Amino acid sequence: MQYIDLHAHMVSRTTDDYRMMALTGCVAITEPAFWPGWDRSSADGFEDYFRQLTGFEPARAAQYGIQHYTWLCLNPKEGEDRELAREVIRRIPKYLDRPNVLGIGEIGLNRVTRNELATFRDQVELALEYNQLIHIHTPHLEDKYKGTRLIIETLLQYDGIDPQRVMIDHAEEHTIEMILEAGFWTGLTLYPQTKVSPERAIDMIEMYGVERVCVASACDWGPSVPLAVPEFIFAMRRRGHDDALIRRIVFENPVAFLSQSPKFRLQRGSV
Amino acid sequence: MPRSNVPSPKNGRALIDEYFIENRHRLLDIAAFLDRIDRAGDAGAWSDFRMRAFRQALDVLCNGSFPRVRQIQMIFSDPRTEPLERLDQKAARGAYDPGKEEA
Repeated sequence: MQYIDLHAHMVSRTTDDYRMMALTGCVAITEPAFWPGWDRSSADGFEDYFRQLTGFEPARAAQYGIQHYTWLCLNPKEGEDRELAREVIRRIPKYLDRPNVLGIGEIGLNRVTRNELATFRDQVELALEYNQLIHIHTPHLEDKYKGTRLIIETLLQYDGIDPQRVMIDHAEEHTIEMILEAGFWTGLTLYPQTKVSPERAIDMIEMYGVERVCVASACDWGPSVPLAVPEFIFAMRRRGHDDALIRRIVFENPVAFLSQSPKFRLQRGSV
Repeated sequence: MPRSNVPSPKNGRALIDEYFIENRHRLLDIAAFLDRIDRAGDAGAWSDFRMRAFRQALDVLCNGSFPRVRQIQMIFSDPRTEPLERLDQKAARGAYDPGKEEA
């Protein structure tokens, strides 16, 4: 079955992963800018990363017939340093015209500090100024509920925010309802230990439906599974769900959300 | 019980037939984890904020009712609403530590 992995940090993955993803039906990936596991020392480091995301990575993906799109930002884990954040945000606009850039992301909160919130606001305003889609990271573990609630409250303070153009990712059982009720898109992240299993993702889909819901691997440098979406497809079939429903979640929903960017166009043969 | 938007194609008996063995395995893994802590002989381990939350979660498993996952998620969650004044640590630890707030 064809699928789109809406959240995959391919800069941390090998070319073999691209090959396996292609073999299992992946036609497109979107890669949010994120934390590499260590803090960068300068805005120049971020610029090099943006060049990688907009130049090298789409070329690497194309070798396997996978379309590569990206989101640019300063990620929440590095959002505490306001001086660095301001300088990185100042440099982002010159990359927004690159052909594979869909919007601003993954912005959000990590430990839910005042500085992280200020950096989040700055980047929401950047997205609004440049009419960009927004991809949002919600915090991990004990910080998720508090952070997700604050993110939603903050977004709804902006008159210019259209929830249909915002993906609030990494939803779990205690946050999915508030995200969907506020009209945003959401993502269920199929990630070992710290996010959700395919079985729990299916449970949430059975309870809350498929409207504005996507799944993704969020594969990165940590213990993660680049084939998590095909694992989810397998688990859905095992649960007894039909392929039309599965396709809606792994292909049609991502297309519906991402197509709000004029740059997102699937190649012939992928539709 | 909330309305199901996408009904499960399997009834209760079919769900047990399909998923019992793997969940039996998970339950034994949890029991083994608790036994391992006992064998370590460190009485203080049970007062660790994470294990206090863990035992509350186990109580929901034993005595709770639907929706258990959501209840357990909230046991582990930071209940506060205000942002932290400054970054205290880079990574979350899996459970809210009320003692840290008091310190």
